[in-house]
Amino acid sequence: MCLAIPGQVVELFPDQPNTAVIDVVGVRRKVNLGLLQDNLPVQGDWVLIHVGFAMSKISEADAIDQMRTLRALGEAEAAMQEVQGYGMETGYGMETAENPEPSPGILMPGLKKDWA
Amino acid sequence: MKFVDEFREPELITKTSAEIRRLADPDRHYRIMEVCGGHTHAIYRFGLKDLLPANIELIHGPGCPVCVLPMGRIDDGLAIAQNPDVIFTAFGDMMRVPGTQGSPLEHKARGMDVRIVYSPADALKLAEKNPDRHVMFFAIGFETTAPSTALTLMRAKAQRLHNFSVFCNHVTIIPAIRAILDSPDMRIDAFIGPGHVSTVIGCRPYEWIAKNENKPVAVSGFEPLDILQSIVMVLRQLKADEATIENQYKRVVPWEGNRAALRAMAEVFELRPYFEWRGLGFISQSALRLRESYAEWDSEQRFQVPGVRVTDPKAAQCGEVLKGVLKPHQCKLFGNECTPEHPVGALMVSSEGSCAAYFNYEHRKTAMVTSIASVA
Repeated sequence: MCLAIPGQVVELFPDQPNTAVIDVVGVRRKVNLGLLQDNLPVQGDWVLIHVGFAMSKISEADAIDQMRTLRALGEAEAAMQEVQGYGMETGYGMETAENPEPSPGILMPGLKKDWA
Repeated sequence: MKFVDEFREPELITKTSAEIRRLADPDRHYRIMEVCGGHTHAIYRFGLKDLLPANIELIHGPGCPVCVLPMGRIDDGLAIAQNPDVIFTAFGDMMRVPGTQGSPLEHKARGMDVRIVYSPADALKLAEKNPDRHVMFFAIGFETTAPSTALTLMRAKAQRLHNFSVFCNHVTIIPAIRAILDSPDMRIDAFIGPGHVSTVIGCRPYEWIAKNENKPVAVSGFEPLDILQSIVMVLRQLKADEATIENQYKRVVPWEGNRAALRAMAEVFELRPYFEWRGLGFISQSALRLRESYAEWDSEQRFQVPGVRVTDPKAAQCGEVLKGVLKPHQCKLFGNECTPEHPVGALMVSSEGSCAAYFNYEHRKTAMVTSIASVA
């Protein structure tokens, strides 16, 4: 659980400076930027995410490395499940707090990308 | 050595492994502790032991939050959730951890309202949506996770959301390292420092290990090459009879840590006088609790907590394994009564637990070799 997930900032909200939409191999979720408030990321930046909070800014190369590490560790699936589970109000049919019963058919579409 | 094929930079791996052999004094036995459970997982997964000379022994440290949580705390959390108004929320890792009367998942099967969340912020949202229920978040984790819980509590307070509370089991890594160094049956030559904990606390908090205890520390990333390079770093220091803190994981870990995260933790948490760790016993000032100003969001102050203390199942030797005195397979229950599918002890539950890591990689590999040998 201490492994962090890399993602790219794709959307920021001027009225909510501590929120961003992050893209993790094609899956987009809102995450909290409160831990980066001293040095907020801009659109296009890469961050490491842990339990729904961006915890550090990293380079794109390191983000790619980190996703590869997760894959090599056999943790990529769990990482994607975690990302899919963020923000239960989206109701993606995962086994989240909002929807305690898991539903089949959720794959990891983005993982087909070459570098993932 | 089949895992080597999967390595990204096989030449560099071979070179680093050769460097380790060159640095290691054949007349000396080295005990290097990797503190973080993520490293333990990586070491088994990649079969890194096969790349090290026999006189380098890797001791698996206490850095798996699920593994070091005493069973009594799970019972306490579940006792609060016996109240039908309460929704019990926790990360997926917690769900299969056995309490005396079963795991949270087993309680769910018996009708308790138990839900998985992937972020403490989602537990808070659940509280917003269920104003007539009380949402309790069962918080675990080291300094990697504690700042997120802190920010969530700050938001609960700002929103005056009164049907949300945290059952806090956050622990801190430094006192655990101190307890290990103070333990008479432990002899550690050097440490591989945790990677993501250090993004929050930085490298400075380890300095006493070098200064006062004269032990080298290398804060490490999680790739095979990272871990091998960290071993090179500490071996070089041992050879030169030096002890400093080196940051192998500079690409992610700033020396000073993450100040915003540390501020959030300081706002919400204070140190407990002491806290029980599975296998290590009571360690003073080793865990966090909510400050008085957050009492209203503290499950332990809002609810009656039985304060259960449970000794581990006698046959399970989690404590000895956790301290590195026994290897996982030397426990009597390992692979028989205790497996990742049916864990008796917490070290078998999390993929970062040394028993699960050993079972999933080493044990299966050995079992396969044995069965092939018996056929031949």
